[in-house]
Amino acid sequence: MRYYTYFPGCSSSEGGAKAYGWSAKAVSKALDVELIELDDWNCCGSTPYSSVEELASFCLSARNLAMAEKRGLDLVTPCSSCYVILNRTNSHLKEYPQLKAKVDEAMAAGGLEYHGTVRVRHLLDVFVNDIGYDEINSKVKINLGGLKVAPYYGCQMVRPRPSFDHPEFPQSLDKLVASLGGEPVPFPLKSRCCGGSLIISEEALALELIAKIFDSALSNGAECLITPCPLCQTNLDAYQRRVNQKFKTNFNLPVLFFTQLMGVAFGLSDEDLGLKTCIVPAERVLAKYL
Amino acid sequence: MEKRTRADTFIEEISAIPGGEGIRLCIQCGTCTASCPNADRMDHTPSQLIAMARAGMKEEVLSSNAMWHCLSCYLCTVRCPRGIKQTDLMHALECLAVREGSSSGRTLTPAMYRSFNDFVYSLGSLPEFGFMTWFYMLTNPLRAFRMIPVALSLLRHGRLSIKARRLTPEGTNQLKAILDKAESLGGAS
Repeated sequence: MRYYTYFPGCSSSEGGAKAYGWSAKAVSKALDVELIELDDWNCCGSTPYSSVEELASFCLSARNLAMAEKRGLDLVTPCSSCYVILNRTNSHLKEYPQLKAKVDEAMAAGGLEYHGTVRVRHLLDVFVNDIGYDEINSKVKINLGGLKVAPYYGCQMVRPRPSFDHPEFPQSLDKLVASLGGEPVPFPLKSRCCGGSLIISEEALALELIAKIFDSALSNGAECLITPCPLCQTNLDAYQRRVNQKFKTNFNLPVLFFTQLMGVAFGLSDEDLGLKTCIVPAERVLAKYL
Repeated sequence: MEKRTRADTFIEEISAIPGGEGIRLCIQCGTCTASCPNADRMDHTPSQLIAMARAGMKEEVLSSNAMWHCLSCYLCTVRCPRGIKQTDLMHALECLAVREGSSSGRTLTPAMYRSFNDFVYSLGSLPEFGFMTWFYMLTNPLRAFRMIPVALSLLRHGRLSIKARRLTPEGTNQLKAILDKAESLGGAS
């Protein structure tokens, strides 16, 4: 059994990506990974806080990191935005002593101290590097038999800091799909932006980016997409109809969390995976495996 | 005696924000602009924005929509040959625009960020449904109406929670104490 402190983030706990949280836990259990949720964690502040309220943004992360530090385990999150924001705090506190002094002072007001020792990991990193593809492959009960999957990494899991995968042409999800028996299709836009939170304030602009991603996936024969990010999933799934209306296209591509696809291959029940939360129905392409 | 120009002052303000210091290193190669998925929607491209800031065009820079169209996709950051944290630099300009009260009125992104942050400040977590409804009602109720189909499909698939996740009372107070202290210390610079 491997133990980690777990930071679900707002979307994967009680937000729109609940199914990501469910499937992450179910798949972790199957892989003997124990995710122990951080008590009383707060929102990381995501892009909105880091864009306009720098100091407060670092403090939001620092509170979570300080509480995680007391446990001494790696802090694992399934959310790419939480991942980038928490890691940004770690690296900025080391790089900018003046900033650290201010964050320390603010944290003291809450009776907390952060010493900068917590390693922040993405759940995908834990699965492919701590557990490994062979171990994952050994848990497969229903081989995905050549299911053509477009592995969509998005931005914030692979950039900006050197992490466990290449910032522009990452491979980990591709190899994961292959270890489940699926076929990762070539996907040039695999790490291009889906529009992120600008889907809310600048929808037209984001829909265009999403359409390009679908086009890239479909023209390479993908039957579905998988993603390690709650916001990417929501943008690609919940706004797919909007894209079709706007560009007179006919996309009908299910968008799954990578943990859901792993769960299907592991033979886990739909109850654990929440496949019915997909707005573009996933059953159509997954029927033969369920 | 060395004469300080308007440009010097603006560059110093930007440089004081973590990540903003990179502005001094830019060689105007345009890699950031070529990499940016939204450069063509910005009043000024990312590299133009840097050149303008270094020329002391503070008003033009801070009132533009450019940094508000930054997606935080970090493609510019990983490609910059000078190692400039370009995305952080965009965030630094957003912070300054807010501080100076000169945020562009032609994009709803500043208002969206503000709504998001207000919820996180008061609850410690983000209730997606409440935040989006609030933002649309505040900025464009007509869009709230147009969002109904998206909201309904999310609701039908069990993905809209009306109830917000709450921290414990101790956690809420602790977070407030930290954030209020941060506020009293001014920005990150």
